[in-house]
Amino acid sequence: MGWIWRTALLLAAVLLAAPGVPGAAEEPPGGGKEAQGRVMARQATKEQQLWITADHTKHEALKKPFASGPEVTQACLSCHNQAALQFHRTIHWTWLDPSEPPERKVGKGGLTVNNFCVAVPSNEPRCTSCHAGYGWKDKNFDFNDPAKVDCLVCHETTGTYKKFPTMAGNVVTEPTVFPEDKVEYLPPDWNAVAQSVGRPARNNCGSCHFHGGGGDGVKHGDLDSSLTNPVKSLDVHMGTKESGGQDFDCARCHTTKLHNIAGRIYSTPAAKERKSLVQDDLTSKITCESCHTATPHKSAKMNDHTDKVACQSCHIPEYARVLPTKMYWDWSTAGKMKDGKPFKTKGPLGKPSYDSKKGDFVWDEKVVPEYYWFNGSITNTTAKDKIDPSRTVRLAWPVGERSDPNARIMPFKVHRGKTPYDPVNRNMLIPHLFGKDDAAYWKSYDWNAALKAGMDYVGLPYSGRYEFVETEYVYPITHMVAPKDKALACEQCHARVGRLAGLAGFYMPGRDGSRLLDWLGWGGAAAALIGVALHGLGRAFSRRKKEDNQ
Amino acid sequence: MTKIYLYTRYERFWHWIQALLIVLLLVTGLEVHGVYTLLGFKRAAAWHESLGVTWLVLFAFFVFWLFTTGQWKQYRPTTRKLFEVIRYYAVGIFRGEPHPVKKHPDAKHNPLQRLTYLGLAALLLPVQMISGLLYWTYNQWPAWGLGFLSLDAVAVVHMACAFSILIFFVVHVYMTTTGHTLTAHVAAMFSGWEEVEEGEVEDWERARKGA
Repeated sequence: MGWIWRTALLLAAVLLAAPGVPGAAEEPPGGGKEAQGRVMARQATKEQQLWITADHTKHEALKKPFASGPEVTQACLSCHNQAALQFHRTIHWTWLDPSEPPERKVGKGGLTVNNFCVAVPSNEPRCTSCHAGYGWKDKNFDFNDPAKVDCLVCHETTGTYKKFPTMAGNVVTEPTVFPEDKVEYLPPDWNAVAQSVGRPARNNCGSCHFHGGGGDGVKHGDLDSSLTNPVKSLDVHMGTKESGGQDFDCARCHTTKLHNIAGRIYSTPAAKERKSLVQDDLTSKITCESCHTATPHKSAKMNDHTDKVACQSCHIPEYARVLPTKMYWDWSTAGKMKDGKPFKTKGPLGKPSYDSKKGDFVWDEKVVPEYYWFNGSITNTTAKDKIDPSRTVRLAWPVGERSDPNARIMPFKVHRGKTPYDPVNRNMLIPHLFGKDDAAYWKSYDWNAALKAGMDYVGLPYSGRYEFVETEYVYPITHMVAPKDKALACEQCHARVGRLAGLAGFYMPGRDGSRLLDWLGWGGAAAALIGVALHGLGRAFSRRKKEDNQ
Repeated sequence: MTKIYLYTRYERFWHWIQALLIVLLLVTGLEVHGVYTLLGFKRAAAWHESLGVTWLVLFAFFVFWLFTTGQWKQYRPTTRKLFEVIRYYAVGIFRGEPHPVKKHPDAKHNPLQRLTYLGLAALLLPVQMISGLLYWTYNQWPAWGLGFLSLDAVAVVHMACAFSILIFFVVHVYMTTTGHTLTAHVAAMFSGWEEVEEGEVEDWERARKGA
């Protein structure tokens, strides 16, 4: 409604014949009503209350001595008798996309490849420490065993429960140091962690999601340990109360039904409907619109953007604002030795730039996202899919185009790298990286053996030849929402060369225009100026001549 | 020489307000087009919208005035004496010849002015306003059944009109200096009174004819 205000002002100024018009063109005074969703969210988080009706320290079942995780799980299931059955059907357990045909095996538990450590199969003990289960060490893991569910990793609240990085989701039974980072892991005090259970906090989710790819901030760029206790300027919702934030935990937005947690699942949009709590107070809260509605701004023109531009595009101007994130990973340079031994080189930002096991890395911080049309789905490439090695292979890529009514312009982190593929069969390869056997790349540094072992493990053919191809892998940037005064200014996109310079197929004021028309227009204006200047000169000249003659 | 009251208070008000609006619309519009940075995109766009709507409202008053007063007849196009006027500006003006068309409250505009102002008021400005209004309401097109429109096309039309207005503006400002003194025309636009050479206006030139 800003224009009514300004128009009234202008008219008033005009009719009173006032010479000037007051400045400030920003917003109407007083402001409009606040979005209902925001009011409700504020109410819900105003006080930290006990949300549950049970005090787990008083449960007899949790007081008995435990020797292992599965025993704790059994105790949990003695009351929560549907929990494991529910959990078994979720993507946190299967690591497979439920919407894809099972034979495609889409998901990190299947044949999907990325350009980080490439794939889980044949490397399970090193990867499945982030599985919410115990003992997924190879393809014989029993996905139907209720006792294998790890309730604690998501629900314990002491912060002391840590799964050892290479033990397939198990915890240590005696103090053990992880040689790579020299961190010591202690066996848990089972009773203490079991009795501490509650709703998952940021630490619980973060123990895996902040460290995807084996290190802090490696994968996402908008999810790292800086979000454990962030200030408001890093994340306006998760920021601490002291810094003026809302202190939301992950589950505030990632709402849950029967252990199904709202969020991205590969080819299925996290939320198909963009409803707000104003329209439907049972709607899941995963989209910004759930709380803010589709018209969150006071200015109508700003609200006109929400049909085509995701909130994140303007409100997350940069990601990795505190900790660096990995941007490039070149596997083709792995395997170099120094004095016959593998080595690591530390690069700028205090992060490794080379590792014999993994190749070259590039890290970056305060990164400006790339923008693409996105309808909520992401395509994934599996080791079975045919690829075109003559160009960059998009291992994960956003789906959507301008004409798609559900697609919006969304910011992404694009992780690029060089990743092994089979030039004969034309598919990506799964390397066997981790293990004590000689085929493991990280033991023998023999690509051929590692790739053969990896492909044999998943039952896919390998020609015996490998090369490295440029690959891209996207992550939607959706966390680290900045306070509104830090949102992008209009001209970041509405400019001849702005953030959306690469998005074609639509007209954007400030960026686009007919170059021919501009040329004609300015040419015409210049011609008019020159024309009248010459005419004026002619008049001045003829007048002087006349005066001279008189 | 004689002084005549040529422009009424409303005409002068209308003229200068329109001039102000056009200048401000050009300044803000060209910024939105990405030509330079002055106010910043957001404020430039917001002001452009408000100025545009203001102009639209004032233009409606102008059209109302034009038809209720019958002044629209001042804009009736004609080719009589047109070429004499063109010849005057091309040649005669350098020789100190008098203007071939005399001014009179019933005949304020020479044939060239009539054609120019008619083209402006009946074609260029309405097209500019309609294309601007459409541009502004872009998000409502599907709801209004205008989904077939393309923003590209609307923007090109709007921009082409803007350039035309800019060119008109340049020439128009220059033409104000072609009176018997450099500021005679401008002064008349402020006071309403213009000093003109004495002479008769032919009957067909009068707006009153046929009224």
